[in-house]
Amino acid sequence: MNWPLVPQQIMTGILNGGIIGLIALGIVLIFKASEVFNFAHGHMVMVGAFLTWWFSGGGGEGSLFNLPFWAALLAALVVSAVIGLLIERLALRPMTGQPLLAIILMTLGLSQLLEGLASIFFGVQPKSNFPAPFSAGEVFRFPFPGAFNDTIILKKTLVAAFIVAIVAAVVFILLFQRTRIGLAMRATSENHEVARSLGIRVSEVFGLSWAVAGIVATLGGVLLATLTGASLSLSTVVLIAFPAILLGGLDSLPGAIVGGIVVGLVQALVQASSAIEVRNSAEIAPYVLLLIVLVIRPEGLFGRKRIERV
Amino acid sequence: MAAIRPAGDFDRSYEQDKAIVRQNWQWVVLTLAIVVTATVPLWGSAYLTTTFNRLAYTVIAVQGLNIVTGYTGQISLGQAAFMLVGGYISALLVTHLGLSMFLALPLVALGTGLVGLIFGLPSLRVKGFYLAMATLAAQFIIPWLTRHTFTDYLGGSSGRIAVPVPAIGEFLFNSATRYFYISLALVIITTVLTANITRTRLGRAFVAVRDNDLAAELLGVNLFGYKLRAFFIAAALAGVAGAMRAHSQRVVGTELGYGLNESIILLGMLVIGGLGSNLGPFLGAAAVIFLEDLANVVGQELGLLFPDQSARLLTSFRPIFFGLALMLFLIFEPRGLAHRWRLIKASWRLRPFSR
Repeated sequence: MNWPLVPQQIMTGILNGGIIGLIALGIVLIFKASEVFNFAHGHMVMVGAFLTWWFSGGGGEGSLFNLPFWAALLAALVVSAVIGLLIERLALRPMTGQPLLAIILMTLGLSQLLEGLASIFFGVQPKSNFPAPFSAGEVFRFPFPGAFNDTIILKKTLVAAFIVAIVAAVVFILLFQRTRIGLAMRATSENHEVARSLGIRVSEVFGLSWAVAGIVATLGGVLLATLTGASLSLSTVVLIAFPAILLGGLDSLPGAIVGGIVVGLVQALVQASSAIEVRNSAEIAPYVLLLIVLVIRPEGLFGRKRIERV
Repeated sequence: MAAIRPAGDFDRSYEQDKAIVRQNWQWVVLTLAIVVTATVPLWGSAYLTTTFNRLAYTVIAVQGLNIVTGYTGQISLGQAAFMLVGGYISALLVTHLGLSMFLALPLVALGTGLVGLIFGLPSLRVKGFYLAMATLAAQFIIPWLTRHTFTDYLGGSSGRIAVPVPAIGEFLFNSATRYFYISLALVIITTVLTANITRTRLGRAFVAVRDNDLAAELLGVNLFGYKLRAFFIAAALAGVAGAMRAHSQRVVGTELGYGLNESIILLGMLVIGGLGSNLGPFLGAAAVIFLEDLANVVGQELGLLFPDQSARLLTSFRPIFFGLALMLFLIFEPRGLAHRWRLIKASWRLRPFSR
């Protein structure tokens, strides 16, 4: 271990982990409401980031829109909610009651389709001119004895992204746990038929939860893009949300956030190692964690153990 | 799946019951088909020959996937990574031990199968979606290992190593035309192999596990054992496919299309062709390869029309076509082209009473 780096890496890891957690939350939300595990979430994240970039006039001269950042974000959220609704109506409603394999493949096909559409609409080059409220050089410095140069340096963008992620996560968890809409979602996930007989419009609940997932994905995408710029590879970056979800438990919303933070910490701490071989493994460390979780505690930290009946 | 036979068509001996090729005219058709395929390099274009080579290793990889996903019902998102393992093992055996590619192939199958077993181990505790996650981890961990371990042998950060041309004695399989015969022979072998696996005790246990694992366990099927066997066979076939691909491209490496996308495409081929059918891998691989080439042509032509957009047009149509095809098949024909083919045959047989 390279000890002077550790405090810095712990802070960066937690902040990055918050963003991973928000992305994981979107997947868990869909899973809880409709039992669909959305492999296309990463691509929805990527499309959300591109939409914000496009609405804010990132295409340069002759762009159709040239909105300020906040208005662009709002427009992107609306569009991605509509995309979520469309995905539910066109792709997943016909799959209701189909086996797990078919539904997983449907979301995989969807991810390919979104990838192609995004590259044809927005181009294949990464967009580094993503609008951000802070420039990359603006940082907070905290004195911390024992750390490298006795200070912890945090990018303002990263801190802001973390705060937005946590606030958004709390809002969506409250929506799910405390409102009538959330109650309807939870009832639907428990049993479609019972929910319907209680007067809940199941199809509306599915549509709504996909719209919400689209919004969460876009938020996550914008937060990531403020750090790295918008690019097609965002969808691959997002795959490390999967270990976070399994660690937190597939059906636990707070678990997604905790899992995200743990994954962020693991990645950051691996990077603080003094051995180059260990540092190199930062990109696969989350997946090794995933395998360990699968073998030791498949239901995750906060998930419910499933009992199967025939 | 047993074909629906017309009334009065019975088997009169065990030989007849066990036969794969049931009728004399089917032998004729089969021989004709093999002869026509075997002479492709003589009458076909160079494009057709290379496409057949590509089709051959793809079909074998999809056949492996068909065992684990189609018959046993365990989702595998790591088939492309196992192809990578096979390619590397074959390249290393041929380069460093001086084995012929053909002698190395059984070792490749064994080695890749063992790697597949490692990632099948979580199936002891988990199933369904969770298992998909374990194989997804394989898809990331394996390429990483090839880049960061044993860098002298595996190419290190360049991420690729050269693969020798296969040879028998002095005869080099150094052109697509010559390589074609290796492809054809191996496809015939794996096809007979998978056809026989699926209609013996092993294959029936796989189907029992897929249809209802709890019931299968109560009937005395050792769940864990059979799942591991399915993973082993799938990875072994992927290894053979990877070795074939590596030797025909003469290079193998992490960046050369062995990623998660390739695994998804292999799964998509299986679904489009038909899960749990021996015809499925052929139809699915051929259909998707045709779609990919079509997408390339469309992209190139549109790129000529709009030259300033050519970069994005060239790469965008392949995922769009593939994604759309996969989604449409899942909605309208989830049992794939193989089922459609069965329906066509049945309606021909029942003529004029079929609709």
